[in-house]
Amino acid sequence: MSSDPKLERIAKGNALALCATGTWTASFAPVLERMVADAEKLAGTPQSIFIDVSEVAKLDTFGAWLIERLRRSLTKGPVEAQIAGLSANYSSLVDEVRRVRATAVVDSSPITIAGMLEQIGRAVAGVGGTIAGLVDMLGAVLAAWFRVLIHPRSFRLTSTVHHMEQVCWRAVPIIVLITFLIGCIIAQQGIFHFRRFGADIFVVDMLGVLVLREIGVLLVAIMVAGRSGSAYTAELGSMKMREEIDALRTMGFDPIEVLVLPRMIALVLALPILAFLGAMAALYGGGLVAWLYGGVEPEAFLLRLRDAISIDHFIVGIVKAPVMAAVIGIVACVEGLAVQGSAESLGQHTTASVVKGIFFVIVMDGIFAIFFASIGM
Amino acid sequence: MAAEVQNPIIRVRNVTVQFGSTRVLDGLDLDVKRGEILGFVGPSGAGKSVLTRTIIGLVPKVAGSIEVFGVDLDSSSTSQRRNVERRWGVLFQQGALFSSLTVRQNIQFPMREYLRVSQRLMDEITMAKLTMVGLKPEVAERFPSELSGGMIKRVALARALSLDPDLVFLDEPTSGLDPIGAGDFDDLVRTLQRTLGLTVFMVTHDLDSLYTACDRIAVLGNGKIIAAGSIADMQASQHPWLRQYFHGKRARAVMA
Repeated sequence: MSSDPKLERIAKGNALALCATGTWTASFAPVLERMVADAEKLAGTPQSIFIDVSEVAKLDTFGAWLIERLRRSLTKGPVEAQIAGLSANYSSLVDEVRRVRATAVVDSSPITIAGMLEQIGRAVAGVGGTIAGLVDMLGAVLAAWFRVLIHPRSFRLTSTVHHMEQVCWRAVPIIVLITFLIGCIIAQQGIFHFRRFGADIFVVDMLGVLVLREIGVLLVAIMVAGRSGSAYTAELGSMKMREEIDALRTMGFDPIEVLVLPRMIALVLALPILAFLGAMAALYGGGLVAWLYGGVEPEAFLLRLRDAISIDHFIVGIVKAPVMAAVIGIVACVEGLAVQGSAESLGQHTTASVVKGIFFVIVMDGIFAIFFASIGM
Repeated sequence: MAAEVQNPIIRVRNVTVQFGSTRVLDGLDLDVKRGEILGFVGPSGAGKSVLTRTIIGLVPKVAGSIEVFGVDLDSSSTSQRRNVERRWGVLFQQGALFSSLTVRQNIQFPMREYLRVSQRLMDEITMAKLTMVGLKPEVAERFPSELSGGMIKRVALARALSLDPDLVFLDEPTSGLDPIGAGDFDDLVRTLQRTLGLTVFMVTHDLDSLYTACDRIAVLGNGKIIAAGSIADMQASQHPWLRQYFHGKRARAVMA
């Protein structure tokens, strides 16, 4: 049925006739295009030009357009090329493509050095905007919090509990597992290197201080930024994409109060709990390795731990947790609400949420370290 | 080829689809003939979209067989299946345009995959398709999020038609369009069907479409086809749902 398309030239005196045969469809498009390009180059100034399509077995938009393209390019000067022998079935299709205006498609602008410099400039200028956006969100969340304090009935308990389950309860297994392993690794490395000085027992001091003050909470915050911050951004972002947030607003609800505040509260409560569980798991893991690998008896480990650390270490660690949670939550919600209409935008903002979340967590940790050092804790 | 003319383009036999314990389609049989526009109606939630998605292979079926272009989609090889997929176009209810690509890139996406043609021809065909579905060429560089609901439908139709398929599935193509736009859309489907020899499987709730665009109507109820035939057959039917559907207030307004 489908036969190769052909375009034959039949010169009749001063007239130029082109006879198209075969199947003029998308499957043959590359062949057709080449044939038409060749035919376009036909020289001479005939008095009349005909494109005979009566022998075309099958025609679709590709074929019809190529015939139309040929007709247009052959129409030079006073002579207009005609299409002849069009069957009734295909005439409406050819009429349809005849309406198409040939518009040059604008190419996307090429990459230039100036363009790249401009992008860098915009990105740097964007930093100020990012910080303003975070402060803005912090203010909006605090305002919503005060409104809820004044009208406690508008507090969304069910939503908050739901998010607590998502970010706290369901995160426990993975957080405990990872911090346990980190505790094991710290203890193993400590013992391995301290043994050379005969200072095995000091591994307990290192483990206690490191886990309670720094690693425990920092590691858990980074994991929460990756696990829950990204989820917040994706949730809010897809709600934004499907106009759900606009719908809330038109019903007279404040999206910050309905969507952001419960998530923020859940995260601020969850992170200290997770940090505590994480610290315990890390100490347990460290203790286990110290006993099995370093030969430190559990009783000796506990005694040494009691001497090495004070409640101050624990407080220094745990005080950071809610602040880090607030930073992660605010970054995630700002990014979520900044999502535009496309799937690509959702991906970009989710990535940005995790990257910025982790960055700010580490910056906060540094600020806390300086602060605690200067007040002597 | 002669056999292909006689055989239905879509042959659905005894298809059963189940979600959990809910049976949505229950031993359904349906034929779609070559070159016709089949209007597929039924109450909301009856499973019209489910059947469409089952035929195009997005929903697994529990039992039965589906043949499209004479190819059984269960026993076909990957290349056979790709060949079938190249010959059909699907217009999803929400358009399902790729949100990170422009209108032009959306329409060219199937061409890039299946055809080896120059960028120039692809651009020209894109413009032709946009003109066919009644959109201005300026739309080509916009992103789907910058389009209105009606424009999204039109672009989605242009993408469904981008390879000049033999068969198109339209899932509620006129929902969300203004009456004039919907009328144009029906004319457009008719024109394309005539010019391209298209077979159209159209899920619709639009009585105007049924009257002006469809050659045959199939009605889904209780997981089966309860009636199939011309619009006159539907009006003559004594089935209570059909009576209500075709003799209700809105139907009378359309017929008047």
